[in-house]
Amino acid sequence: MSLVIERHGLLATLQDAGRFGVRHLGVGQGGGADWISQRWANWLLGNAPDAAVIEITLGGFSLVAEQDVCLALCGADLDAHLDDTPLAPWRSFVIRKGQRLSLNQARLGLRAYLAAPGGFQAPAVMGSCATVVREGLGGLHRDGRPLAEGERLSWRGTSPAPREVPAERIPALDSRAPLAVVLGAQIGDFAGQSLFDAFNSDWTVDNRADRMGVRLLGPRLECRSRDMVSEGIPLGAIQVPADGQPIVLLNDRQTIGGYPRLGALTPLAVARLAQCPPGSVLRLSPVGLEAAQRQQRQLLALWQHGHETSTEQARRTA
Amino acid sequence: MNLRIEPVAIDCLMLRLFDAIDEAHMPWLLAATQRLRETFGAALVDLVPSYTTLMLHYDLEQLDDGQARALIQQALRNLEPASAGSGTLHRLPVWYDASVGPELTRLAERSGLGIAGVIERHSGREYQVFALGFAPGFAFMGLVEPQLASPRLATPRQRVPAGSLGIADRQTAVYPSVSPGGWNLIGRMPIPLFDREQGRSLLQPGDRVRFEPVDRAEFIRLGGDASPFEVQP
Repeated sequence: MSLVIERHGLLATLQDAGRFGVRHLGVGQGGGADWISQRWANWLLGNAPDAAVIEITLGGFSLVAEQDVCLALCGADLDAHLDDTPLAPWRSFVIRKGQRLSLNQARLGLRAYLAAPGGFQAPAVMGSCATVVREGLGGLHRDGRPLAEGERLSWRGTSPAPREVPAERIPALDSRAPLAVVLGAQIGDFAGQSLFDAFNSDWTVDNRADRMGVRLLGPRLECRSRDMVSEGIPLGAIQVPADGQPIVLLNDRQTIGGYPRLGALTPLAVARLAQCPPGSVLRLSPVGLEAAQRQQRQLLALWQHGHETSTEQARRTA
Repeated sequence: MNLRIEPVAIDCLMLRLFDAIDEAHMPWLLAATQRLRETFGAALVDLVPSYTTLMLHYDLEQLDDGQARALIQQALRNLEPASAGSGTLHRLPVWYDASVGPELTRLAERSGLGIAGVIERHSGREYQVFALGFAPGFAFMGLVEPQLASPRLATPRQRVPAGSLGIADRQTAVYPSVSPGGWNLIGRMPIPLFDREQGRSLLQPGDRVRFEPVDRAEFIRLGGDASPFEVQP
């Protein structure tokens, strides 16, 4: 018994936290781009924070349930419906046998995260089921293919009772707050004016944006280091190619590269950027490393408490 | 070696060990990699070597910036380079042919070496693996002779067949799997480079590689796909 994909839409992929410990082999990270929404979806079902979920981009997606099950939906508002009834995100809900869940079009944000009890079942490739299309890794068939019509998904656990993410915890996907940047890498090689521009200008999200990276349009940034020797690229790195328009590198980025960088977005800022559709206007602002680390630890602690212990989960499964 | 440590992300430090690409640096990078893995243990998320740098991704829930830096200093104290020639020497068969290496002819003409000359020069030296990146198991090797150096194609190909051997500037590499790519292709190599089930790459930083010319029949016998470039699906 399972969920059957009826329409896959623009892009629907299985994602967990991604692949780690393999970057030195040239293997990328993958994983949910808005990892915060992904974690909330898992939290709603008492799953491990990084259990496998479906990342649904922009909509055009539907599935049909072959049995009753409690699912959770977080992240973008993609005009979700359960049959004909509108379904707001940031909650878990029961889908009955024969019912259809559809995510139609983006009303707020870009990427929705659908979780199932215990996480979706998917084979691990190098320790993760994360789908990286470019590398041909992960997903239902281990080969990087996105989810497709007719495919069936099953899950690992049993359904808990539905609940909601506390209202005060729901991230504001249309927040205008600047995206925090940990300064570093080649920042010293950028012209003074460019550094001023980077943090005092509006940046527009280009339509060349995907899980590899998001291009930002704005003032031209000048850097004197060119033809750099390639080096490792962290998540959220802001690289500036010769055209002076920055590209923020996301989960499906290459492992090494040779463009100069201003630094990297914090993980929180990466999650927010992953929900910004083309045309969004945003700002960047520098953040101190210590403050950023403190904030990140606080954020991670959020999901430590709400989770059942494995004993509780075992008891419920029994 | 003149170590500089810089933050590049909330949980990543860039260790800059050298200023320029040099084969002589590899034993130092290898030794540093080994020491850092031992010292950080489970607090290490990823360690990405590349030519002159090591990017160290540590677990923010176990270490802060200061602790990570202290561990790096501890790990690299009294570092000795890995013993010379410690990397594995691989002999990789290559079918150098214009039908599978569309830039072979142009490189032969531009360098004035002729096709036989290009093959002789390219297979005539031992290359060092500097880094893995771009794609799983893609090994950046060098350095090719200056006469063979070629800038990347102005327009990258959408689809480069697996096993394609290419040159970009003074580097050379084999595409482990089908992918887009802008390197100048001069032949094809039949041996699989990356095992995705096990997460193993045949070539590792610090390894040495020698390419050995084989003919079409031998290339096919070794499991190579000899279909000409143009008719690849």
